[in-house]
Amino acid sequence: MSELEAIILTIITASTPLLLAAIGELVTERSGVLNLGVEGMMIMGAVCGFATAHLSGSALLGIVAALFAGFAMSMLFAFLTQTLLTSQVASGLALTLLGLGLSGLIGESFTGVPGVKLAPLYIPLVSDLPFVGPILFGQDILVYFSLMLVPAVGYVLLRTRAGLIVTAVGGNHHSAHALGYNVIAVRYICIGFGGACSGLAGAYLSLAYTPQWIENMSSGRGWIALALVVFATWLPRRLLVGAYLFGTVWIMGLYVQGLGVAIPSQLLSSLPYLVTIAALIIISRNKTLTKINTPACIGQPFAPER
Amino acid sequence: MTLVLEKRSAHSIVLVFTSPILAITITVVIGGIIFTGLGLDPITSLYIYFVEPVTTLWSIEELIVKATPLVLIGVGLSVCYTANVWNIGAEGQLTMGALAGSAVPVFFTTWQSPAALIAMLVLGAVGGALYGAIPAALKNRFGANEILTSLMLVYVAQLLLDWLVRGPWRDPQGYNFPQSVPFEGWQVLPFIGEGRVHIGVVFAIIAAIVLFVLMRKSLWGFKVRVIGSAPRAGGFAGFAEKRVVWFCFLLSGALAGLAGICEVAGPGGQLQPSISPGYGFTAIIVAFLGRLNPIGVIFAGILLAISYLGGEAAQVELGISDKTAQVFQGMLLFFILACDTLIHYRIRFVPSGPMTRRA
Repeated sequence: MSELEAIILTIITASTPLLLAAIGELVTERSGVLNLGVEGMMIMGAVCGFATAHLSGSALLGIVAALFAGFAMSMLFAFLTQTLLTSQVASGLALTLLGLGLSGLIGESFTGVPGVKLAPLYIPLVSDLPFVGPILFGQDILVYFSLMLVPAVGYVLLRTRAGLIVTAVGGNHHSAHALGYNVIAVRYICIGFGGACSGLAGAYLSLAYTPQWIENMSSGRGWIALALVVFATWLPRRLLVGAYLFGTVWIMGLYVQGLGVAIPSQLLSSLPYLVTIAALIIISRNKTLTKINTPACIGQPFAPER
Repeated sequence: MTLVLEKRSAHSIVLVFTSPILAITITVVIGGIIFTGLGLDPITSLYIYFVEPVTTLWSIEELIVKATPLVLIGVGLSVCYTANVWNIGAEGQLTMGALAGSAVPVFFTTWQSPAALIAMLVLGAVGGALYGAIPAALKNRFGANEILTSLMLVYVAQLLLDWLVRGPWRDPQGYNFPQSVPFEGWQVLPFIGEGRVHIGVVFAIIAAIVLFVLMRKSLWGFKVRVIGSAPRAGGFAGFAEKRVVWFCFLLSGALAGLAGICEVAGPGGQLQPSISPGYGFTAIIVAFLGRLNPIGVIFAGILLAISYLGGEAAQVELGISDKTAQVFQGMLLFFILACDTLIHYRIRFVPSGPMTRRA
């Protein structure tokens, strides 16, 4: 395996969890809901996915468990913010704090136990091709799923009736309500989709990225995914570019470290966080670009007048 | 059955104070259920968790040690959140305050006078405030979301601390352990009593009282409240939202920084790769549980400190993980938020069915 091939492969593995979590959050935010609990849902997905895969021996069952864990967490958030009309910012923070605590507790007995690695797909002939084989045809299903999810979400959001309803609910919930759409129900669905995607992102971390359980192993990826949605100005195709850009930064830090360059490893480890801040500055400076696509109702609770 | 929220004509003052009590009760009940599920006697477990920490002098002193940083940070955050300024990077500001203040013992180990201690405390507060100034500047100048920037900076600060204690600031006589020189003499906070209670607790109480008065009686307090509840009205009144953002971040950053230097110059006694068990994040819960009221934050800080101690006690006596503390803390915040709905709304269960559905 050539060095370039190895780098590209690791970039894909670093980008996939970011992409999965961010595409889910993008849908949630499009419906006008800001869920800051991505980190908490992701880490719960990671620990439930790992535990299930370890106990059952099946990585696929682990993925399913992670999906449900993320979904269940997001329903807690949905009940609080949509039914009880609590502050979305505070409830999202609560979800993250609860997820980090709960995952630490659940995962304690799984620290250091061998994990189950999600096997890459093997397609006869093409997977054996030099260079392009492993990169294009030798990934695991979550990578392909994440790459198919982006155009699918883009299509549904921008080209179908369902997507327009989501956008309408996020853009002006009073008008959407007046038109007869059930704002709360739409938001429940979008929050649930975001949670399921975050759970899958967690599963990718503990089943493919590093097939073991390490406390706090999401290490801020949920927050970076949130920043990515802003960076992509709520457009799925830009999200794809953004996620792979961030994945590249993440890997280049590790790669340079491996070369033995005399830069403190901590500085390289802090690169993804610094780049996130830089990206937020660059995109926030461009007021027109952000304003056009920002869901106008983001973060605002909706209570239909009775 | 459908759950229906009916808006109250005026928000319920009684529930502003009873909702945290309700939330605590629910958390304790759920905790009891979890302990039962783990095969433990719920009454004994809950006693060890929530009551035992306040039964001996030693544990009460430890309680104060843990409540001190929570209150210091929590009062600053309560001002931020009142203004709708979302500083969630207090953990990073705490770390930077600890680093800035520790520059004195690291570089001037022989400087032994009260001035050295004062310099450490001032540097700590300034370090935290400057680090808090970064998200404030990015928000005001570029409109960058302060939630994300302040949180990203937590990771950066912790990595900087890690680099310093393993690299340039490592104690040459420390047998290669990742730690700074031990702080001594006038570079350590004065202790109160026999235990580890330090002068920081006085700072925390003063900060809470000063901010309580400031928020009630001063123009700045009024500006913060107006910008938080009605930014447009604040704009018409000539209150600059940007200056409120600066104010909140510098204030809460300084208090978090002070908490940081008090931790390392008090119970810590030196810099280590980990100087806080997440006080900066737990203080978010403290601020909400304390009703965003600086005096309320004192009580909330004590309660959350109990959960830390209870977690340690439960680990020793019940053999369960001390991570249960974090779970309790997270649950508590959830229940507070849910119970707060009762302040503004009345909850009714309406039987659902075609007959009762009104157009």
